Amino acid sequence: MSLALFLGFAVLLVLSALGVVVQRNPVRSALSLVATLFLLAVTFLFLDAHLVALLQIIVYAGAIMVLFLFVIMLLNLQAEPREAGRWGLKLFGTLAASLFALELIELARTKGAAPGGGMAGAVAEGFGTTEALGERLFTHFLLPFEITSVLLLVAIVGAVVLAKRKVT
Amino acid sequence: MGLEIGIAAVKAVVVLLMLLNLAGLLGWIERKGSALIQDRIGANRAAVFGFAGAGLVNTLMADPLKFITKEDVVPAGADRFLHFIAPCVSLFPALVTFAVIPFGDVLEVGGRVINLQVASLNVGILYVLAMVSLGVYGVVLGGWASNNRWSLLGGIRGSAQMISYEIAVGLSIVAMVMTYGSLDLQVMARAQGGVLSPWLPLPAWGIFYQPLAFLILLCGGMAESKRVPFDLPEAESELVSGYFTEYSGVKHLMFFMTDFVEVIIVSGLLTTMFFGGWQVPFLARDGFHFPGGSAVLLPQLAVALLQVISFTVKVVFFCWLQIMIRWTLPRFRYDQLMRLGWKGLLPLALANVVLTGAVILAVHT
Repeated sequence: MSLALFLGFAVLLVLSALGVVVQRNPVRSALSLVATLFLLAVTFLFLDAHLVALLQIIVYAGAIMVLFLFVIMLLNLQAEPREAGRWGLKLFGTLAASLFALELIELARTKGAAPGGGMAGAVAEGFGTTEALGERLFTHFLLPFEITSVLLLVAIVGAVVLAKRKVT
Repeated sequence: MGLEIGIAAVKAVVVLLMLLNLAGLLGWIERKGSALIQDRIGANRAAVFGFAGAGLVNTLMADPLKFITKEDVVPAGADRFLHFIAPCVSLFPALVTFAVIPFGDVLEVGGRVINLQVASLNVGILYVLAMVSLGVYGVVLGGWASNNRWSLLGGIRGSAQMISYEIAVGLSIVAMVMTYGSLDLQVMARAQGGVLSPWLPLPAWGIFYQPLAFLILLCGGMAESKRVPFDLPEAESELVSGYFTEYSGVKHLMFFMTDFVEVIIVSGLLTTMFFGGWQVPFLARDGFHFPGGSAVLLPQLAVALLQVISFTVKVVFFCWLQIMIRWTLPRFRYDQLMRLGWKGLLPLALANVVLTGAVILAVHT
């Protein structure tokens, strides 16, 4: 039951991810990305990571992608013409894709066979709850957490500075 | 296992039907409310077989019939698929949001304790925020896919407005989460039983602890549901009908329903977090316990029924309040809207979070 559900969502996830690349209309492409992020959140649910799944929807699907769409609509982008040729790009793309595929195969080979790995592994009581994640974040991962927040603050200040600059 | 799935399915269907029926009913209440404010009778034209007396029933039947029998127009040059999917994307998140809002405490049937909440999630309120944030796409897509300048303007206004007010709404909810120490709305509702203190027999509702958060959530919630005074995405007098200008028939009805369902969700959230949810003052699980020491014991079924009625009455009251506000205030100007959101509600909500934290720290040490 759970495996069948997972496979169904996984196929949808891959299809929508393909849609991001294949679609020529920027709005449809961005929407495929929204669907991809949403389905990725569903995949997190299969891993009992409820909080991560919902944060994925709130932050990526609900906030960042809305801004993407907002900009695309403001700029009124039209369907992109297909790029022909460009051997360098094709070569680089093939190389990157095969490296990633190798990595995935290696990951499936090692982790899938490990005890407790893969889909059969059971999780501890309270795993993935808000309390457990918050505790971990504010004790064990406090330094990375704070550095990330400083980084975001820098980005916000930078955006304000850029927006405030007088156009000459 | 099979029985549990069956109970969950029954709960889901009942809540969904209640939601849809209340949304339909609000269409009529809205007309009657506007008539009341504008000093006319209103909503008495629909007559079935020449019988106009039963205004409510006739209007409820006439409205859907009218929408269903209208021609479904797709404008030339529109993106047909996105134009079709936009109202669905708009209505779906609104409908599923109510799953985490509890409508009663527990119901005991034959030794089985049923939690009167469709989905008891550890992440409760975050689920509401996630679904609300997805609701923007219906507005954006409807505006973009219609191939119409007015629709596009409405869509852009809508997305900017909803993103701006989501932040204030989220922060006001953060203060409530800090107060109750949980994200689960059922836990929040249970925490509001009892009285404030022995010498002040008022129910221990969230409004007495967090009045500022209540005002921010009411204001931000009305902005999220895009109704007057926050109806810039629709703005009939300038944008025809904003993002759903090019929609007719059932698709138009779906956008229409979304607005009403969002009104009900805002009411449900306000009720659950600030007005005790399903709590009836002095009603515990075994009956009434009054401050004087007297008690009236009730069977469990009666208690559950009273709670569900209490929740419904409160929700309908807040729907009524929002309709009254909608027909009382004029529309904001765009700069006023942005100033209220970013310079008014957001700093207030932030200050409220800091204040709440300070009070919690002071109480605990």
